[in-house]
Amino acid sequence: MNKTSAFLTDATICIGCKACEVACKEWNEVPEDGLLWTGFSYDNTQALGASTWRHVMFLEQPATAGPQQVDMENPFRWIFLSDVCKHCVHSGCLEGCPTGAIVRTDVGSVLVQKDICNGCGYCVVSCPFGVVDKRHDDGRAFKCTFCYDRQSAGMMPACAKTCPTQSIKFGEREDLRAEGIARVQELKARGYADAQLYNPEETSVGGTHAMFVILGKPDAYNLPPAPEVPTVYLKSAWTSALLAAMVVIAVVCAAFLF
Amino acid sequence: MPGLGTTYGRGGATTAPSDVVNSDVVLIMGSNMAENHPVGFQWVMEAKEKHGTHIIHVDPRFSRTSAVANTWVSLRAGSDILFLGGLINYVLQNNLDFREYVLHYTNASVIIPEGFKDAEELDGLFSGWDPATKQYDNTTWLYQGVKQDESSSDRHDNSQSGGHSQHGVDSSVDLSTYEQDLTLQHPRCVWQLMKRHFARYTPDMVARYCGVTKDAFLNVAKIYTSASGPDKTGAICYALGWTQHSSGVQMIRCAAMLQLLLGNMGRPGGGILALRGHASIQGSTDIPTLFDSLPGYISMPKFGYSSVDLASFIKANKPKTGFWNNIDKYIVSMLKAFYGEHATAENDYGFNWLPRLTGDHSHQAYFLDMMDGKMDGLFVMGQNPAVAAPNSGLERRALGKLKWLVVREMVETETATFWRDSPEVTSGELKMADIQTEVFLLPAAGHVEKDGTFTNTQRLLQWREKAIDPPGDARSENWFIYHIWERVVEKAKADPRPRNQGLLALQMNYTITGPRREPEAPEILQEINGYTTADRKLLKTFGELTADGSTTCGCWIYTGVYPEAGRNRANERDPKDEYGHGWGWAWPADRRVLYNRASAKPDGTPWSERKKLVWWDEAEKKWTGKDVPDFTATKPPTYVPPPGAEGDAALAGDKPYILHADGMGWLWVPVGLNDGPLPTHYEPLESPIANPMYAGQQANPVGLRRTRPGNEYATSPDTRFPYVLTTYRLTEHHTAGGMSRTLSHLAELQPEIFCEISMELADELKIEHGEWVTLVTARGAIEAHALSTSRMKPLTIDGKRVHQIGVPFHWGYNGLVKGDIGNDLIAISEEPNVRIMETKGLLCNLLVGRRSTNVERLKEYHSIAEGKTA
Amino acid sequence: MIKEFITSWPVIKQILNRADGTGEEAWSENTRHMRPKNDGAEVAHSVCPYCAVGCGQLVFHKGNNLISIEGNPASPLSRGRLCPKGAASYELTTHSKRLKKVRYRRPGGTDWEDVDLEKAMDMIADRLWESRNKNFAEEQDGQVLMQNKTVAHLGGATLDNEENYLIKKLFTAGLGMVCISNQARI
Repeated sequence: MNKTSAFLTDATICIGCKACEVACKEWNEVPEDGLLWTGFSYDNTQALGASTWRHVMFLEQPATAGPQQVDMENPFRWIFLSDVCKHCVHSGCLEGCPTGAIVRTDVGSVLVQKDICNGCGYCVVSCPFGVVDKRHDDGRAFKCTFCYDRQSAGMMPACAKTCPTQSIKFGEREDLRAEGIARVQELKARGYADAQLYNPEETSVGGTHAMFVILGKPDAYNLPPAPEVPTVYLKSAWTSALLAAMVVIAVVCAAFLF
Repeated sequence: MPGLGTTYGRGGATTAPSDVVNSDVVLIMGSNMAENHPVGFQWVMEAKEKHGTHIIHVDPRFSRTSAVANTWVSLRAGSDILFLGGLINYVLQNNLDFREYVLHYTNASVIIPEGFKDAEELDGLFSGWDPATKQYDNTTWLYQGVKQDESSSDRHDNSQSGGHSQHGVDSSVDLSTYEQDLTLQHPRCVWQLMKRHFARYTPDMVARYCGVTKDAFLNVAKIYTSASGPDKTGAICYALGWTQHSSGVQMIRCAAMLQLLLGNMGRPGGGILALRGHASIQGSTDIPTLFDSLPGYISMPKFGYSSVDLASFIKANKPKTGFWNNIDKYIVSMLKAFYGEHATAENDYGFNWLPRLTGDHSHQAYFLDMMDGKMDGLFVMGQNPAVAAPNSGLERRALGKLKWLVVREMVETETATFWRDSPEVTSGELKMADIQTEVFLLPAAGHVEKDGTFTNTQRLLQWREKAIDPPGDARSENWFIYHIWERVVEKAKADPRPRNQGLLALQMNYTITGPRREPEAPEILQEINGYTTADRKLLKTFGELTADGSTTCGCWIYTGVYPEAGRNRANERDPKDEYGHGWGWAWPADRRVLYNRASAKPDGTPWSERKKLVWWDEAEKKWTGKDVPDFTATKPPTYVPPPGAEGDAALAGDKPYILHADGMGWLWVPVGLNDGPLPTHYEPLESPIANPMYAGQQANPVGLRRTRPGNEYATSPDTRFPYVLTTYRLTEHHTAGGMSRTLSHLAELQPEIFCEISMELADELKIEHGEWVTLVTARGAIEAHALSTSRMKPLTIDGKRVHQIGVPFHWGYNGLVKGDIGNDLIAISEEPNVRIMETKGLLCNLLVGRRSTNVERLKEYHSIAEGKTA
Repeated sequence: MIKEFITSWPVIKQILNRADGTGEEAWSENTRHMRPKNDGAEVAHSVCPYCAVGCGQLVFHKGNNLISIEGNPASPLSRGRLCPKGAASYELTTHSKRLKKVRYRRPGGTDWEDVDLEKAMDMIADRLWESRNKNFAEEQDGQVLMQNKTVAHLGGATLDNEENYLIKKLFTAGLGMVCISNQARI
């Protein structure tokens, strides 16, 4: 397939129903991830992980959602956003994997091949978004597959198909990127002054295949404002190590000479 | 349903969720649509985002619907009639009604006789009240000039009604003759009566007693009423936030009146979306497993002179005008379907094999009888009263008094295991050895394991194809009923008393297939649709039904779903237009927007190009348009009925509400409701304040409290229970949890019961977010996590702060995730028309800590509550 | 053949294609031939059993083996979408706690017992018949009554129209039971 698939997830039309979480788990046979009540608004899922590949966030914020009229004394809004693996253009997990288990597919997604993965866990520490993780009773690393099996048959991912309001849109990355930019402009024109598109292109990640339309700062959504692929530090790390080694050798030689 | 049924003629949503893309404004009230109908809500979002529709959400809580609405306003649970009455008053005082629509399509101009006295004049009661029977005689509510036939109706006795049948029909009164003043000036015309009736529902009143900011209320009023007139329409969506109240029907009546005043009914983007909650609850109302109606809303015969024979029954239930004039055809055809060849003219088609009603045989009534040891056995099929019924604790105890219980279910529900796992047993209050109920739990087939139809909230029948066989011993309910029938009919053969004649006559000649011997569901649907008795030729419309036994039809409103052999329209999946014709089949006659005659002017032309739906085609001499006309296709708009005309011929060409004898939308309901021709505000059965409208009537005078030990009420107000409680549903779970708490992927989304309280209340009571608290009412106590949030807003009611607490009711003692049962807090009460319980707007207290398992805990909690707030 | 075998190694592919080992050269056979699990399955058209919106569902199965359930994009009501409950229909149908056998509790009993389905049906029919006949009134004051009030039925909103029809037909029209109710009120 010659395509670059992407998600555009729009918080301003999400109704927080979590259909995406369930449809994903049902299709991909992902087990339940803990029956724990958190009290974090309606979010008992807490975070993406080996057994949670879509996670709906619930943000109760002291701010207004654009022109929304809320009969409360103080500004208030409740925002929902479905988080997912970013399938980064430059991907930390991909670069960190030593076994070739993690690969780029022909739809541009990042796939953990569960028949190759040996559970070393290097990918876990390499992801700047804290997405991929190991399943404890299994040992291997798991994350969103971008429903690669469905895409190979021309179907859309389970989460995008099921989303009642189409907050999760699926399509060609360039199209969705343009749509996201246009949507932010439209929202701003309607009075949502803090609307923005999250698609970190200026850092080493170089953009993501899962973009988000959000209101307010990305930090509130646990989205790092400036995510970096850890291997971007490799050059300076090796350089520092080389310098340090040279210094150590020099000092040792000096110790012998003097 | 009677709220809509009496106002318009049929009880049921008048349009489809997808129609809101045509709305200019949508008012969602008494509903949390985004959470409870998420996929239906896609249309609201599309309307908002693509068409600029303004979404208003009025609700005690800021929920997931509120989060995406354009406007959210809070109000005190149970004060909806004040709010809606305020909107009606706003329209009347400011002349914002769609005058031409009101004049021609409603009974605004009809004159009511002098004997009528309004609740405003009688301190909360309408004229006709009998304090001895606690019922109304509606004689003074009838139109002036209407003739009455005293002998032919038992309409004065409401005790046998559940409000489900023949809305607004009373054949002892001929409502087609009336006097009217089209200038709307006559002091006793409906218009003037309404103005006087709602005069006190001012914005100040609304603000003071609903807890809404006055500006916020006026903002809602302005926005909603601006979407009216030839070019604009607005829709109202409601659900159990209106229905589950002691004045629920009257709340819906307010909305129904508002939609008539604004001219929104029968038009694109208008209408009322009654959002129902179960996959086929509309179907189970149409083909009712309800005590007081027969298929197609025919009344069940009531014991007495109106049912001594078929002729008496027809006389009592057949009005001279409107479509109910054909009731003889509907019921005879139904009797032929029940009793086949054994139903003949000589034996009144088996009419005397049908049981008669002698009182209230509804769920609440027979569970109380059960508690008193009067019931032998119960079949529970796909319902879970141990969790979902009001005063579920009492109902669980009642189950223990049965001799036998049969539960048909996919899982071990709380109802099935009450004798072992209920809190009454695990706390030691009741001993298993003392519960003598014999229990049979039979596995049931799931929805992909049997074929058949569901009828959804927009009256659409959709067929489901069977994919796989049910596992093990699991069977469909068709199988179960058929195989029970086989057994009991054998027993009946040995006992030929009159009581068994109906059973022996029962026609169950379905093709039985497969090793499990399953009746063919398509044949059952064909019988429901109807066919000619002689040669089983399927019928296309209910207009073909006869009263002489030559047609057989299980449910006349469904005629047309299977119009010819090989054509099951419920199984068609080829949508052709914006109303989805070609996908499934809606009753009646595949009309998607009810009362759509009203989308055209009296002269038959559309009100506007923008809002055209159905109009008169002068060339073709028939009604045409985007929907099937909800009107006689060839009746011209100028048709005037000749004197003495009957049935449909008695309705003029400009009268869209064809089920009504006068063809009009009823702002004023002369017959059909037990608690008044107009809605008026009463407080809920438990309230923090005295009724601000009437010193003489605190709560709905016609409602039933069923007070008894175990079903007690708080006083209004009550120092023991200072907070207003509301119960509700979450997206992640489904009703009593049998289909959600048993599934890992849903259980993990909302694993434990919690109650929502305001930050202010948490501060006041020093409750830490997340800690366990116990909610106490006059009936029960449950524990829940305290979720303190800004989304719960303390209200100011009459200058005093009132806190509202919310709790979802999904949890029980079985399943992957367990929790206390919310309905243990609710009372068994009966709204006067449909006997629905009040689950929102009751009083509670909140104590820190986990619920005690002590058997005497309720007494303890009550005395703590007394001491604490003394 | 040996050449094929060697050139299929990811590291050889990487060298030959000057790739970095993260692309197609590192795909396993499984990845290369990945297909959705409902490939080639039969499809039944159904309707979600939860709320009253009536979303269309596609039920994928191979014979009697259920594969997956998802939305039907052709439905003008739901356009292929399902809420979390509808999306859980597969688990609803297949989870391990689904009842497959009849359970019976004798009066005063402390646990379930097994009983054969046909035997259970016999027992139920016996109890129904006995209870209904012990308390049946054919008439009152010379007028037809034909009523039993001691056996009741509860349920219906989750059942099919055909099922509700047969229940009403047998229980009311056949057996004279008037205590019939379901979740519907309004």
